[in-house]
Amino acid sequence: MADVIWTTLKLASLTTLLLLVVATPLAWWLARQKVWWKEVIAAVAALPIVLPPTVLGFYLLLLLAPSSPLIQLLQPFGIQSLAFTFPGLLIGSMVYSLPFAVQPIRNGFEAMGDRPMEVAATLRATPLNAFFTVAVPQARRGFLTAAVLVFAHTVGEFGVVLMIGGAIPGQTEVISVKLYQLVESLQFGEAHKLAAGLLAFSFVVLLTMFLTERRSGKTAP
Amino acid sequence: MSGATNQGGVQAEFDGLLGRFRLKVSLDIPPKGITALVGPSGAGKTSLLRAIAGLTRLQGRVVMDGKIWQEGRGFVPVHQRALGMVFQESSLLSHLSVKDNLLFGYRRALEPKSMSLDEVVPLLGLEPLIGRSTDNLSGGERQRVALGRALLSQPRLLLMDEPLSSLDAQSRAEILPFLEALHRALSIPVLYVSHDAEEIARLADHVVTLNEGQIVGTIQPARPDPLSALSPDQIKDLARQALAAGIKPSRS
Repeated sequence: MADVIWTTLKLASLTTLLLLVVATPLAWWLARQKVWWKEVIAAVAALPIVLPPTVLGFYLLLLLAPSSPLIQLLQPFGIQSLAFTFPGLLIGSMVYSLPFAVQPIRNGFEAMGDRPMEVAATLRATPLNAFFTVAVPQARRGFLTAAVLVFAHTVGEFGVVLMIGGAIPGQTEVISVKLYQLVESLQFGEAHKLAAGLLAFSFVVLLTMFLTERRSGKTAP
Repeated sequence: MSGATNQGGVQAEFDGLLGRFRLKVSLDIPPKGITALVGPSGAGKTSLLRAIAGLTRLQGRVVMDGKIWQEGRGFVPVHQRALGMVFQESSLLSHLSVKDNLLFGYRRALEPKSMSLDEVVPLLGLEPLIGRSTDNLSGGERQRVALGRALLSQPRLLLMDEPLSSLDAQSRAEILPFLEALHRALSIPVLYVSHDAEEIARLADHVVTLNEGQIVGTIQPARPDPLSALSPDQIKDLARQALAAGIKPSRS
């Protein structure tokens, strides 16, 4: 059981961390760019919200399987397949939760408007410096929301994990899949522990987020 | 406005379209004193200021104190221009304290620094504000912080876009004396957009009128102050001679 919880937490933490790094430039581009076709990119990035997890899982499985072009490219680096591995699961989780990171961060950047970056430029800040010292702190609520949503979403994901993870104990077996297996084998007592644990966890996460938002809301512009 | 680049002050020429609006100006800002930019709403005052700052890119040429900021395809980015800008709304950075706002540009300015925090704080009466966050400051207080912040970035040119227009009459009355003190203390050119007659009368050395994207009038045309090289006694003598000759003093 500890194995399962550890794998889940490791997956959720890494997904959150890596996704914030990947989603931030994309969110910035979407927030600042004026061309109309940026919404095409935005729609592609938002697809995982509406796609059934099994559909996403199926295509990810094809992408991570030994015969896929991506894996062919990676073969010189000693990678034969990513399906049913932890790194593969991590990639899948990142794709699945991408919109939950991009949207709040984009909103944060958009709410800030152009002015703070103009102010920073007139105060000698290079664009990169202004991004880190002005844009990121100004959009901090967006980042907080994104981090919480991605973490919670990853802990709760089921379909994608089942399709590409394979529930290998100690490697890709996570809480949600374990819960399903417990119920299937009628171990309701164990299932209760996990289910109640997830419920409590989700509640605490949301409460923390709302309380933090309330507090930082007082100092927001 | 020839190609001279060593006469000090700022020479700015623009001819470009912003949407359907055409800005076509040639402006010479003297090296010292406040040049007021006046004109009706939509005349292009803010656009001109933004173009000089480099926040809006228009075809043209900008030379500041001999340094070329813009010419042909050459365009010095905003953060490399030694300018200070005060926006219509104070635009303080809300995630920073008053002190960190003041020091934002100071920390990034090039050496040598001619303005220090210890100098600017009393000049603008910021002592009671320095330890506070930017929340709950009055409009006048916010604009004073914004002005101090711009000054501390060690500008060679100060651009002010209707800094008092968003304030109520009381805040405006409170901040004007600070601006007058600043006017006396500063030795850099200031371009000040306003349509308030009182502000202009109290602050401006030169007035440039803009309408529909073009300069339609200049009072006290831009040129070095002929009196600046003279001692106070010599100026008094000149004034006496002028009065004796029947010339009446007039407010510019």
